[in-house]
Amino acid sequence: MYTAASFAAGFVFGLGLLVSGMANPAKVLGFLDLAGAWDPSLALVMAGAVAVGAAAFAFVKKRTHTLLGAPVLIPSPRRIDRRLVLGSLVFGVGWGLAGICPGPALVLAGAGSAKGLAFLAAMIAGNGVFEFLEKRKRPVAAPAPHA
Amino acid sequence: MSIAWNAFTPASALIGGAIIGAAVALFVVLNGRIAGVSGILGGLARPQAGDISWRVAFVAGLIAAPLAWGLLAALPEIRVDTSVPVLVAAGLLVGVGTRYGGGCTSGHGVCGVSRASPRSVAATLAFMAAGFATVYVVRHLIGS
Repeated sequence: MYTAASFAAGFVFGLGLLVSGMANPAKVLGFLDLAGAWDPSLALVMAGAVAVGAAAFAFVKKRTHTLLGAPVLIPSPRRIDRRLVLGSLVFGVGWGLAGICPGPALVLAGAGSAKGLAFLAAMIAGNGVFEFLEKRKRPVAAPAPHA
Repeated sequence: MSIAWNAFTPASALIGGAIIGAAVALFVVLNGRIAGVSGILGGLARPQAGDISWRVAFVAGLIAAPLAWGLLAALPEIRVDTSVPVLVAAGLLVGVGTRYGGGCTSGHGVCGVSRASPRSVAATLAFMAAGFATVYVVRHLIGS
């Protein structure tokens, strides 16, 4: 049941990325190009997503279990540390170079884009680099807290 | 700054955004989790029993969306102008950066901002700023 719900959420997410234009790297770069001919569309994608998302998070806030009975697993760390900021800056540089972030990378792969697949393969390799560095730092690493 | 009105697509942006929000809502209301793509994918690098199938299913859903779309209608425009070597470098940076930063556009940008998480707001400001700066350097300092 949870697996089916997961698939459905990923599928709807993918449709949203396609409809919104987020799965089109040229459009994303048009949004990030403030000094050029700026395409503000992406700001409205965020606004639409956050409006609906905020209602959902408000709904689950007081609940310990979901409608399917799963525990609500929402992280609560509040510390803004160097790791968070530097990691996000590095991500932003990559995003600015390609106009692709992780969700659209998977959608591009599904759309059969060869360049999308090249990006996705490099992104997964980047994950491997992270895992390797973490393992070297702490032999028994605890999973990193996630957004 | 000049606004590219011919490229501006407010209706599809808002509707698509709301669909993304619906996916996030579905995921948290049914599975109680944050729909953060980098974290869901990254968790597969360190597989643990009972923690695999929902991750694979979410990733499969994202990949299936354009496949299903393509069966019914022509896919919307997908244009990648970036060269493959730059794409590979970008992919590596995104792969490493999102894991250190603990999230990406979905986990921090949509979910985190939706629940007003200070960490996610800080992360979102950081990757947006870096994205704006990078495009400025590539298009207006190097590319001009």
